Amino acid sequence: MLVYADHAATSPLCKEAFHAMQPWLTANGYGNASAMYKIALDAKCRLEDARAAVARALSVLPEEVYFTSGGTESDNWALKGAMELGELRGNRRHLITTAVEHPAVLRVAEWLAKRGCELTVLPVDTLGRVSPEQVAAAVRKDTALVSLIYANNEIGTILPIGDIFAAVKAKDPAVLCHTDAVQAVGHIPVSFSGVDLLTFSGHKFGGPKGTGALYIRKGIPFPAFMHGGGHERGRRSGTENIAGIAGLAAALQAAADNMERHMADTAALRDRLTAGVLAIPYCRMTGDTACRLPGHASFVFDAVEGETIVLGLDIEGVSASSGSACSSGTLDPSHVLLAIGLPHETAHGSLRLTIDASTGAEGVDYIISKLTSVVASRRAMSPLWDDTAGKPVERF
Amino acid sequence: MYTDKVMEHFSSPRNVGEVEDANAVGTVGNPKCGDIMKMTMRISDDVITDVKFKTFGCGAAVATSSIATELVKGKSIKDALAVTNTAVVEALEGLPPAKIHCSVLAEEAIKAAIADYYKRRGIDPTPIVGCDADCPACHSRHAPD
Ligand SMILES: Cc1ncc(COP(=O)(O)O)c(C=O)c1O
Repeated sequence: MLVYADHAATSPLCKEAFHAMQPWLTANGYGNASAMYKIALDAKCRLEDARAAVARALSVLPEEVYFTSGGTESDNWALKGAMELGELRGNRRHLITTAVEHPAVLRVAEWLAKRGCELTVLPVDTLGRVSPEQVAAAVRKDTALVSLIYANNEIGTILPIGDIFAAVKAKDPAVLCHTDAVQAVGHIPVSFSGVDLLTFSGHKFGGPKGTGALYIRKGIPFPAFMHGGGHERGRRSGTENIAGIAGLAAALQAAADNMERHMADTAALRDRLTAGVLAIPYCRMTGDTACRLPGHASFVFDAVEGETIVLGLDIEGVSASSGSACSSGTLDPSHVLLAIGLPHETAHGSLRLTIDASTGAEGVDYIISKLTSVVASRRAMSPLWDDTAGKPVERF
Repeated sequence: MYTDKVMEHFSSPRNVGEVEDANAVGTVGNPKCGDIMKMTMRISDDVITDVKFKTFGCGAAVATSSIATELVKGKSIKDALAVTNTAVVEALEGLPPAKIHCSVLAEEAIKAAIADYYKRRGIDPTPIVGCDADCPACHSRHAPD
């Protein structure tokens, strides 16, 4: 049996996306949307249909949607563009973000800090949250941008983005508010209240890889990112990926149409998974249990290392991921797990299982049974585990 | 990312556990860094007659420990001390660059166990073993923060 439990990393292409893409990859679907002849106009129509569908699914305006190559590009654009605008608007050089962002935000923020921006990285609580008061208190006269992750990719915690951005705007309405909603869009209803900029990525909700968008609130004179032939209303040049954009739009539409049912089904499966996993001794859940992505389950295990669990599961046909140091190629475990206060030794034993409704009860039970035996057999090899007593060694 | 050989040793590690009447025990690494290897040996007449390991760590850490036990089992102390991390990497048909430290740990575990063997007999291991991988410098090398 094969069970894919890494939907937060990427999702399989859904059939709606595949069917929407196919005509634009074959026959006369190759037209350049900027040209004047029939096949080009068809492509242009398809592009604008897709934009309208995306806007409808998110309840925003079509002219607020800018297609990009994905989450990483949209995050880069949002942060670099907002700091450029802040500078133009009167020396606003301060950027606020959190310690639990995706690297597509954190690395950009650090890059900006090296070039004269002032960076505040807010600490989070043990569930990975920042509060509206905490964020508002960090806002200064020279703050240009607040950038917060909508739903965390490692621990599943959903932030109260609307409340936080309201508190920020109450303090200074001129501060731009960006959210990396890559894990949220297509999975939970996303509120645009107080949001000026929002990042999402097609491949996280059944669309193709290499597609995404940046939402830019109407009226913001936001700078261009890709300079060139003037595509995407002069802000993001480059011949449009019609097939990819059509696929993203179809996937998002399908996700929006089925969201309520999908959320309920997925959360029920996730709860079944969580209950089964927590029956393994010396295992805890990470992240917020209440405000949490429906398909997201993340844990830490004592006395067994995360990559070992992931490899052990892979041998059994289960695809999962870990924020352990070894899987990141450094000696440090995930910055998110350290930011929620886990000691290094605990953070090394992390496991992330992200499922969707298609995983089914059978898939969930298979994961639980394989995980239980992998953890037991690997603990039996661990010098940190006392196999006779069935618990971690007292002192190492 | 791993060679078939690494995955084979990861899936079916050799010589797992602890030698019951061990007279040489070496533990290297630390939980903070996510790798710990404990190697136990029975040494008689300068020959490693039995060896077992327990490892907390990634796939490469498990595989390097496993192959290291194979490389020293039945060997004289002298031959065991000649097992370098490069030999461990070669025996596994390669390791990703980020995992080379696991092979270093395996070499250190062998040395630490042999050093312990000498210490138990009141002999200073340093001239024979060299670094016993148990000094503050060694530990800090594995503790990045
Ligand atoms: C929260 C978050 N932001 C950004 C990204 C990057 O998106 P993409 O893979 O589309 O560049 C990801 C996915 O890896 C993510 O989970």
